[in-house]
Amino acid sequence: MTTRDEITAGLAEILEEVAGVTPDDVAEGKSFTDDLDVDSLSMVEVVVAAEEKFGVKIPDNEVQNLKTVGDAVSYIQNNS
Amino acid sequence: MAQPDVVVTGLGATTPLGGDVASTWDAMLAGRSGVTMLTQEWAAQLPVRIAAQLAVEPSEVIDRVKMRRLDRAEAIALVAARQAWADSGLAGSGLDPERLAVSVGTGIGGATTLLAQDDILEASGPRRVSPHTVPMLMPNGPAAWVGLDLGAKAGVHSVSSACATGAEAIAHGLDIIRAGRADVVVAGGTEAVIHPLPIAGFASMRAMSTRNDEPERASRPWDKGRDGFVLGEGSGVVVLERADHAAARGARVYARCAGAGLTSDGYDIVQPDPAGTGFTRAIRMALRDADVDPRDVTHVNAHATSTPVGDMTEIAGLRAVIGDHPVLTATKSMTGHLLGAAGAVESIATILALRDSVVPPTINLDDPEEGLLDVAAHKARHLEIRAALNNSFGFGGHNVAVIFTRA
Repeated sequence: MTTRDEITAGLAEILEEVAGVTPDDVAEGKSFTDDLDVDSLSMVEVVVAAEEKFGVKIPDNEVQNLKTVGDAVSYIQNNS
Repeated sequence: MAQPDVVVTGLGATTPLGGDVASTWDAMLAGRSGVTMLTQEWAAQLPVRIAAQLAVEPSEVIDRVKMRRLDRAEAIALVAARQAWADSGLAGSGLDPERLAVSVGTGIGGATTLLAQDDILEASGPRRVSPHTVPMLMPNGPAAWVGLDLGAKAGVHSVSSACATGAEAIAHGLDIIRAGRADVVVAGGTEAVIHPLPIAGFASMRAMSTRNDEPERASRPWDKGRDGFVLGEGSGVVVLERADHAAARGARVYARCAGAGLTSDGYDIVQPDPAGTGFTRAIRMALRDADVDPRDVTHVNAHATSTPVGDMTEIAGLRAVIGDHPVLTATKSMTGHLLGAAGAVESIATILALRDSVVPPTINLDDPEEGLLDVAAHKARHLEIRAALNNSFGFGGHNVAVIFTRA
């Protein structure tokens, strides 16, 4: 079982690679678009990379519910 | 109403000879070749294993995250445009964005993106295809990125006329200012398709030099031993500005962009019309448009790609329309053929020849064809120039002639 901190750290790696987000800025309360400046095309890349990294499926209709890093961590934790 | 004068107030380039205009121009004047062996693994199976690759990788200038969204042709257009913009002194000058337009074309566009993403599609399926694929491969992408970077709001245009693209983009920029739709146009061309597929395609046409064992000697316009062009990659961008606008802000002016002529052969999809009437009409049109007497055109940066057929047809036409007096050069002998960027980079060379009173050399002209005009062979030559002509022709029968005069 992967912990929430481990998932957050994994997402931070992806966000740095895809969108140039500083890893220290990534925390559960941060909004992808408003706080981390991840645009819609980058979000697609983040989702695909997260699927690969955590072995989950994130359907397109779920992505709109993943507003914050914490939302994504919960989804990954509950579905992997 | 008289047409407004248009001048060149900024230059930018990244080429096989250098990562900017100064280094490219120095290398040209020194007669250096930018052609090298392709050492990539994929090149081993190709009939052509030489090319003129960029001297400076765009990733050295543009940050990593931005590069993920840019096709190579887009990235280098951005590099050249930023240089030209900085050079013009327009940054922070208070120019109304609605008076700033972009005209940047590409001959082939994002082919390497298309091919790379197709590899991903085949290997990993559609979900792995990058969401940036379409904006990376669309042929208006380079112009759009440049427009975005500079905040241009008077229109972003992307002409495409194969190897005449760069020159046509500049001619279009001239028209935009003359028509009153903008005061400043950032104009030029870009190309980056050094990849096995385009190389194989050009090679199958038997259009490319196969002098694989002597890369630096492979591009040899007008030499009896020429056997085809050498593929190159690069981008060139100029800042065109209404002359009174430039004067009002005390801008440094390189040259006047005095006029342009554009025609089509109506003859064949790839073969130039052997009668040469298509491009001679373009040159005559440019002379009329610029109101320049052919006797004043003392320098020509020729299209001259180093193919057996085209090089001498151009000479016959130049002799007929301009005369025996101009000093010619073929800078493709050094840069290789930059396709959609050729006309832009060669316009920059033409502009700098005017400014510096020097004709850059045509290297490798060891055994010139009979009946050649006066060419600055091997070494740069001092020459006072009042008016200079840049010729660019492209597959599809496109002919573009641009005339620059002393500011």
